[in-house]
Amino acid sequence: MSNRLINWFKFASPHAFYPLAGKMIPIFWTLAALFGAAGLWLSFFVAPTDATQGEGYRIIFVHVPTSWMSMFIYLVMAGWAAMGLSLNARLSSMMAQALAPTGALMAFLSLWTGAFWGKPMWGTWWVWDARLTSELILFFLYLGFMSLQASIDDPRRADKAGAIVALVGVVNVPIIYFSVKWWNTLHQGASVSINKSPSMAMTMLWGMLLMALCLWMYSIAVALTRVRAIILEREAHTDWVKQLKEIKA
Amino acid sequence: MIWNSVGDFFAMGGYALYVWGSFGICAFAFLAEPLLIKKRHSEIVQTLRRQALAEKLEMDNK
Repeated sequence: MSNRLINWFKFASPHAFYPLAGKMIPIFWTLAALFGAAGLWLSFFVAPTDATQGEGYRIIFVHVPTSWMSMFIYLVMAGWAAMGLSLNARLSSMMAQALAPTGALMAFLSLWTGAFWGKPMWGTWWVWDARLTSELILFFLYLGFMSLQASIDDPRRADKAGAIVALVGVVNVPIIYFSVKWWNTLHQGASVSINKSPSMAMTMLWGMLLMALCLWMYSIAVALTRVRAIILEREAHTDWVKQLKEIKA
Repeated sequence: MIWNSVGDFFAMGGYALYVWGSFGICAFAFLAEPLLIKKRHSEIVQTLRRQALAEKLEMDNK
């Protein structure tokens, strides 16, 4: 019992986590490549042409996964930020900081691919619809979190201020998710839901799920790489960093 | 097979701009982001290395 607890907390220190992250990164890149190759194959060569949207619907294979990831990364980021705030754990706050740019990128890609889908299908790049607007707010929440942290010199204070913004912003995620149910919007309903069978061909569904898995693995790989850079930047004064073989003179 | 020719594939049934515009920006983003982070990591490693080297030289001169 006590042994397992010790092992868990061991990796909560940047010192122990830095080499562990370095070992995990290639695994996640490999998984991302495998899921990505399979997902792209299904998206372009297996999934049939849509009856109403022709080939234009294929945007779904990047639009839905990036949208899911933009919301999911926000929740994970807020979770790490909350842990950093409540337990005063530096590594948790660094994880939140490492996730924010990737989350912002996913939100941006979700909006961009959405615009490129809306134009041919709805005849407009953008409408101030509940789904689109709340996703835009999510993008701004990421930018707000990042710029707030960047504007405060003391990293521990920046962590605390950022965590509060991240936690307040969590309320937006269910708003995005349920916006197509709560309001009458131009955006179509959920593509996949738990309580009813999906309204699309199985190959389309699998293509989307594989692409989502690919982006999931990608996000983990990228966040771990970024957190390693953040660890070095913030722990530069410590002995263990000076003893690293890539740094030691 | 869905596509009769390579040209057919790239034409995407008339939706080429929209489909490739979406996939293209994603491909660009997912290549650029890891490169930027690698750069960030190697920059901090470089800085710390120079500092370590400077400290070592200072010690040696004493």
